[in-house]
This record gives sequence, structure tokens and C-alpha cells, in this order.
Amino acid sequence: MLEVSNLACSRGDHRLFSGLSFTLCPGQILQIQGANGSGKTSLLRTLCGFLVPDEGSICWRGEDIQKMAEDYYAQMIYLGHLNAIKDELSALENLRISAGLAGGHLTENEALAALRRMGLKGRERLPAKVLSQGQRRRVALARLLVNDAALWILDEPLTALDVGAVALIEALIDEHLQRQGMIVFTTHQPLKVAGMEILSLS
Amino acid sequence: MAINWFKYAAPINFYPLAGKLIPWFAILSALLCATGLYLGFVVAPADATQGEFYRIIFIHVPSSILSMFLYMIMAAYAAMGLIFNTRLSSMMATAIAPTGALFTFIALWTGALWGKPMWGAWWVWDARLTSELILLFLYLGFISLHASIDDPRRADRAAALLAIVGSVNVPIIYFSVKWWNTLHQGSTIKFTGTSMQITMQQAMFTMLAACWLYAMAIALTRVRSIILERERNTQWVAELAEVKQ
Amino acid sequence: MKTLFYLLMLVVRRDLILAMRRRADVLTTLIFFVMVVSLFPLGVGPETDMLRKMAPGVLWVAALLSSMLSLGRLFSADYLDGTLEQMLLVPQPLSMLVLGKIASHWMVSGLPLVLLTPVLGLQFDMSIAAIGMLMLTLLLGTPILSMVGAIGAALTLGLRGGGVLLSLLVLPLCIPVLIFGTGAVQAVVSGMNVSAHLSLMGALLVLALVFTPWVTAQALRISME
Repeated sequence: MLEVSNLACSRGDHRLFSGLSFTLCPGQILQIQGANGSGKTSLLRTLCGFLVPDEGSICWRGEDIQKMAEDYYAQMIYLGHLNAIKDELSALENLRISAGLAGGHLTENEALAALRRMGLKGRERLPAKVLSQGQRRRVALARLLVNDAALWILDEPLTALDVGAVALIEALIDEHLQRQGMIVFTTHQPLKVAGMEILSLS
Repeated sequence: MAINWFKYAAPINFYPLAGKLIPWFAILSALLCATGLYLGFVVAPADATQGEFYRIIFIHVPSSILSMFLYMIMAAYAAMGLIFNTRLSSMMATAIAPTGALFTFIALWTGALWGKPMWGAWWVWDARLTSELILLFLYLGFISLHASIDDPRRADRAAALLAIVGSVNVPIIYFSVKWWNTLHQGSTIKFTGTSMQITMQQAMFTMLAACWLYAMAIALTRVRSIILERERNTQWVAELAEVKQ
Repeated sequence: MKTLFYLLMLVVRRDLILAMRRRADVLTTLIFFVMVVSLFPLGVGPETDMLRKMAPGVLWVAALLSSMLSLGRLFSADYLDGTLEQMLLVPQPLSMLVLGKIASHWMVSGLPLVLLTPVLGLQFDMSIAAIGMLMLTLLLGTPILSMVGAIGAALTLGLRGGGVLLSLLVLPLCIPVLIFGTGAVQAVVSGMNVSAHLSLMGALLVLALVFTPWVTAQALRISME
């Protein structure tokens, strides 16, 4: 369970939001809405522990995430604006290395299966620099398949994806929620998921 | 009477306090400086071996002492800002840095002026002068790192980390430079501390106090500007008499 | 413990693979090192006596400069494509990961300098004993440069003019290494005991190994805010 209470965050002199509170229970999905510059990304980065909030606290299963540090990171996965893909490595290598860094060990077959599910069949061993933007996003999203983290924090996961891929992400999200996972995300594109709650930053 | 120190850790309370203290420090510093210079340049007798040249130590020694002392104070403030997340300490560190660099520069300059008649060269690779030069680099590093980061919070924290690393390194650097100096049989400045006359000592300590008070006055003036700049969006700054005008 | 070691090896392997696939970056630093060293005789004249005396200092300063050049790349590529962000979310101590990155950085930018030293030493008419000692001090010293430099690289991450700033921050901190490194070679040449120099460098190496990965990790967290 992720509990955010009375959170305030600012960039430079500018106060982005304050007094923000919400609770995310297992099986819940929360969309953060707001105009450009309203602090969506800052909120997600604060939930990851990159930014220290000015006020308020973020607790994961009752413990402050700043104190938990590595224990918290083991239970969450973050997908940012940037794909976190190395151009020089193949899709397969990228996926296996990021899974390794996240503390798991991924066999080649598991990685190949995940990439194929993401619709990258035949592209697994190509260097990432020859892939299109959408394909690179798919490689990044494949990390969701090979990770058993309970909390997903997704910043604009649908950027550069085609209709087929969006449907695939919707399916992934459904599966994760069925497993009692939790999701916080932002998007500017419509996403069809049942029981979605919305938090507006204004 | 117990003073509530934490009250003055908040910029809103510290700003007027600093404003009240600055004139006292400034006036005292000017008086002591005049006394010290009079004692040093008029009253104190000429040195038996160095003649009149030695008188530059009344400026050189206080400024080199302060240059090192201010670095340590700056690092301590920066560390406090980093660890306890107190904004005012980080601002103090930023305010002290230019004054520290100035004293380092004065120490180098006067060292060179003193070196010319003594050794016949403007610059000799003496251990103390070399360490002072490296100290100047450390100050410049701190100032330029702080200046090149736009977000004040990140700038404070990054510069604080650098200052801490620097202060851990200063003893190592000083030791290594001294070692290098003895290996190469370089010249070493020796101030004849024991044979120093009472008037010379008095002049020296008066100048040291004057420089110290000057540093405080300037650092407080600078920290007031920094407070105004950083807190410009707050209510209390908008209500200040000097801002309203 | 086992997972920590596994993480360390994973990071080292990853960065070595990346370096191998971007060989040009690695090579330019080495060419720079060779070039700077070769320019000195052209600048000061070819008298072998003087060159022999200057050699340790010249090679050490060139090593310092070329490591400053390569340090800019230590975190910046990962910072730009977002992988550094993911590294901060690794459920293991960040300092271990940093240590892995420093180690692989040293293997591709510090170790080759050590291996190039004999050739360059001959250009300066150095004796075999002096070349051997120079290689030894560079072997002990270049890891320190990489470690201390990593702090600067982390602090200047993503800043305008980060490269020059990095040198300004890091070079003063590297002076002790320069002094002990060149001192040891000069001691060998003049027939003096070098154990003091070497043990001091060893002590610096241990100090750096203990503290710098942690400090660099803190610097990365500050820079990623």
C-alpha cells in the first residue's frame, strides 16, 4: 500500500503542488492528470525517491520510502520519459542487463519470450540504435514483463506506441491489477482500464 | 539569559539580526585595522635581519591564517546545510567563499611582494605559498561549481559535498606539498616567532582581529543579499521597508 | 555479499562491452596522452639530460589531463539516455554500482596509459628502472585519479561547460598523487629508498577506495534531483 500524505514539492522558486494526499491499495490504478508543467513528472520522481519532498511523507507498506531506500526499490519499477536503453546494446542485452541490475537473473529464453510478447520478434538481436522510437519504447516496456515488482510508476508509457501496442499495455496493466499490483501513471492518450482513479494536479 | 539559537536559523529572523550586527563589526574592524597598521608600520621597530620589508607580515600572516580558517568554517557551514538541511547554513557557506578566496589571494600577493626583496624572485615554490595557491584553486572550484548550477538547492548540496571532500583533502595536500618541498630543498619562509617583539605581536593580533571582523561584516552583508534573492517570493521580504521603496 | 559481487561484475561487464562498441572514444583519449607527451620535447628541446629529468612529471601530468578528458564520459552517457536514473533505483547499495563503473572506466582509460608508458619513457631516454617505477606508480595512481575524478564527474553531471569545470574541481585534489608518483621515480633515479612514496600512495589508494564510491553515490543522488 502506498500512502502519500500532505505532500508539497517545488522546483526552484516555483511551488508545484502542496497538501497532496492519496492512498493506493493493492489492485488499484491511479492516473495523475494535469497540464504541462503542473508537476506530474516531479510527483512521479518524488514517488521514486529522486526528489525529496518539501513537506509531507510517502510511505510504502507503512514505512517511509526515504528510510527504506533499497528495500523499496526492490518492490517498485519506474519507467521514465527516457527509455533507459543503450544504443550500442541489442534489445536482448538491454533487457537482460536491466533485469540483472534490478536484482533478478533472466535467462536468454525468458528475455526472448518477453521481447516477442512485446512484438519485437526478429529484432531481438539488433542494436537498439536501428530500432524505431516505438520499438525502443517496447523494449523499455518489456521490463514490466520480467519484473515482479508490486508498484509500477509509469511516466507517459504510451509515447510513440501504435494502436496494437497500446492494447498490449492495457492487457499488461489488467494482468498486473489482477495480481493485486499497484500502478501510478501519467498519460496524455486515452487508456481503457476498468476502475481507474484520477488525481488532478492544478 | 538563554538565547534561542534555532530562532536565528530561520532567514526571516536572521536577516534583521545580521543587519544590526554588521555596523558594529564594520566599525570595530576599521578601528582595529587603523590601530594595527599604526602599531605595525610606525611603532614596531625595524627587524634586525629583514629591515623594513618584514612589515608586510602584518597583512600577510593574518590573511593567510584567515584564508585557511574561513575554508574550514565554510566547509562546516556547508556540511551543516547538507546534513541538517538548514538553508541558512548553506547560504552562509556561499557568502563566506568569496571572502575566503580574497584573503587567499591577498596572502599570495603579499607573499610574492615579500619574496622579491628576500629571495630576489616574485615567486618561489615554498611549501606554504604553494599550499595557499592550491587553496585558492579549491575556493575557485567551490565558487564556480555553485555558480554553474541553476537550481539553488542542488547548487548548495553539490558545493557542500565538494567543500567536505576538499577539507578532508587539505591536510593531505599540505603534507604532500611539504614533503615535495623538503625533497627538492626549496626555500622555506621562517618567521622568527620567538624573537618577535611585544609590539610586533600586538600589531599582528590586532590586524588578525580586524581581518576577522571584516570577514564577518562582509559575509553577513553578502548573506543578507542572498537571503533577499532566495526568499524574494515570500511575504516577509515583500513587507521589508527596504524592499517596498 | 554474493549478490553485491554479482552486481559489481554485471556493471563492469556492461561498461566494458559498451566501451568496446565505442572504441573511438577510448582511443582518442589514448592518442591525446601520447600526443601531449610527445609535444614536450618539441617545446623544450631535445637535450636528453633534461628530458630524462622531466619525463616522470611530463608523463604524470599528461596522465592527469587525459584522465580528466575521459572522466566526462563516466556518467554522462548513462545520464542522457536515462540508464543512470534506473541505476539509482537498483535495490543494492549505489556505491557498489559506482565502484563497478569506476573499475571499468579505469580498465579502459587508466590501464592503457600504464601499458603505453614504456614506449613513451624510451622517447625520453629513461632508464629501465625508472620506467618500471613509473609504471608502478601509474598503476597505483591512475585508479585514484579515476575514483577522485568520479566525484567531480558526478557533481558536474549535465552542467554547461561540465568538462572544464570537472578539471577545475578535480585537479587540485589530485596533487598529492602527482607528488608521490613523480617523487618515487625521481627517488629511484637518484638511488634513494622509494618505500615511503609507495606506501603513501598505497595509503591514498586505500583511502580513496573506502570513501570515494560512497561520496560519488551521494553526489549522483544530488545531481539527479
